[in-house]
Amino acid sequence: MPVDRPEGGTAPTAKGARIDLRGMTKRFGASVAVDDCTLTVEPGEFMTFLGPSGSGKTTTLNMIAGFTDISAGGLEIDDLPVGGIPAHKRDIGVVFQHYALFPHMTVAQNIAFPLRQRKIPKAERQRMVAAALETVQLPDHAARYPGELSGGQQQRVALARAIVFSPRVLLMDEPLGALDRKLREFLQLEIKRIHREVGSTFVFVTHDQEEALILSDRIAVFNNAKIEQVGTAHELYERPATLFVARFLGESTILRGTARPDGAGSTLVGDGFAVRTAGRVEGGEGGTAALVVRPERLRLTTDDPAGIPSGTNAVPVTVVEEIYLGAARKLEVILPGGARGLVREQAGALSDLRVGDRATLCWHPDDGVLLPDDPTIERIFT
Amino acid sequence: MAALLSPVAPGGQARTAPTPSGRSGWLARHWPFLLIVPALLVLLAVFVYPVAQTFVSAFTTPNPGMENFSWFFGSSANVAVLTRTFSTALWSTLICLALAYPYAYLMTVASPRARAALLLIVMLPFWTSLMVRTFAWLVLLQDTGVINGFLGLFGVGPFGLVRSQVGVLVGMVQILMPFMVLPLYSVMSGIDRRLLTAAQSLGARPIVALARIFVPLSLPGVAAGSTMVFITSLGFYVTPALLGSPSEALISQFMYTQVSGMLMWGRGGAMAVVLFATTLLLMGLLGLAMRAGRRRKVGAR
Repeated sequence: MPVDRPEGGTAPTAKGARIDLRGMTKRFGASVAVDDCTLTVEPGEFMTFLGPSGSGKTTTLNMIAGFTDISAGGLEIDDLPVGGIPAHKRDIGVVFQHYALFPHMTVAQNIAFPLRQRKIPKAERQRMVAAALETVQLPDHAARYPGELSGGQQQRVALARAIVFSPRVLLMDEPLGALDRKLREFLQLEIKRIHREVGSTFVFVTHDQEEALILSDRIAVFNNAKIEQVGTAHELYERPATLFVARFLGESTILRGTARPDGAGSTLVGDGFAVRTAGRVEGGEGGTAALVVRPERLRLTTDDPAGIPSGTNAVPVTVVEEIYLGAARKLEVILPGGARGLVREQAGALSDLRVGDRATLCWHPDDGVLLPDDPTIERIFT
Repeated sequence: MAALLSPVAPGGQARTAPTPSGRSGWLARHWPFLLIVPALLVLLAVFVYPVAQTFVSAFTTPNPGMENFSWFFGSSANVAVLTRTFSTALWSTLICLALAYPYAYLMTVASPRARAALLLIVMLPFWTSLMVRTFAWLVLLQDTGVINGFLGLFGVGPFGLVRSQVGVLVGMVQILMPFMVLPLYSVMSGIDRRLLTAAQSLGARPIVALARIFVPLSLPGVAAGSTMVFITSLGFYVTPALLGSPSEALISQFMYTQVSGMLMWGRGGAMAVVLFATTLLLMGLLGLAMRAGRRRKVGAR
């Protein structure tokens, strides 16, 4: 159950605060760690910063927490500029990947620590500690020392300690990164439940795209010190704004070529194929572009090409790899020009195709996103 | 299954029924322990034997019985020497701690290059001869020395910096500093500084985070360094002899006088036994107090 706010003073209207990053920038000497990030996290929202290591997501989090000062731009929490406020006065809960529990204090003393700093009377403190332990489902561990707990239990204690003083913002820096997969999946659901119960604004940093999809209301994808795109998981998956987002979130077939305007959409002409797509790409006539199609949008058929309805894209391919996943099967195919494609077939709708078979790869022109090509992307992912 | 077990059987047999070949098996397994035999022999010859001899002489020389102890405790001057020795040791421990704690802390936050320099500064006097250092202090501290000479320019002094407790403490603290700094640094460098960041995120001012998180976690270093300095300073001879006042001698000087000057081996031995027993008692009490503290912490809710 959520604990009450200790002081009534300025009663907040919502349990979560709004966070505004306005062109926030961090420089370390000559290198730029975070470059001109602008983003609004809504009150009570679960926002995930997703990106590869070194993309600036943790530095951004540290600036919000007050651990790192801001080089340029502004940061506002509920319309209040907080750039100059030291970390211990920001009233923001933080959960670290390395737990950061105080080893010389019991679980109860750890959780009571933020309450002691706020001069909350002992009886009240004990009640709040008990409630926080209840929330993270460790009611019987109050007298233990952190060293006696498993990694998952330690991280739950850290979570209890970060929420016990009802901060309106909770920051989590890869909190599940040090745990094994099973425990991670379990704690993801726990964090989701706690977010619902507590109602604070959560900002969660991870490099794990699956974790981001499970937890978040919205995701901000970081790359190279910049925010590439902000949106719901669905928006990022179906309508990636950049090739980086398309590559980082989920799998896809990427066809590169020259895009020419064609009716309302474009025609992409590559090595060994010419396909239609609904999108347009800037750069106009003759610009190099990349078409991103998700594996479940693609279909393989061995039917007579004449039978394929006109308007549907059809490219001859050869199956080169088959990956069985139980609920589905992934087939890797190779196009005449050497480009590779990935097709996902749901169980129950599997084709008879095997490695080495020739087939026709089909998809609807609406089922792809045309993006400006970025040749540097492949270097990141390979 | 049988084939799997059979190689184990002979080994098990050898272990349950020791035979000559079984003993050589023990030797084959544990021969690295033979490497400590030379060191043990030396220790036995030059430490254990003479110390035991001294202790025995306390009860047997010149006559069997407790007369050496009744002599020691019969004179209030002797007991005063003992308490002065312990209070000097305590003061040098406290001063060392007060000076070494911030120094060791600085070492943990300094850049690697600065840390190496700080370490060098601690170790440099350590590598210099004890006599050289003590005489250097004499040059600085004596009535006509550098410090009193400088103060004299302003018409102050001279102060009795040497041939006094002050001189003894200055010399001992300087010599013992490495024994305090090194254990403190070793413990402090193992403290996760990210805990301080976490404490600040929970609402603790930086100074509070230091006092509530860093200081308690550094206590094992404080205990190790203090024990080392305290026990070492109990046995100091050269420094108090040169920098101290003959009328305020410490117990090691007293022992020297009894043994070397008056050839009273038994009295020297008795003083050694008293010093040894008192030290053991104090350390034992400290250990008990620390264990009780730990148990109280475990029991606390």
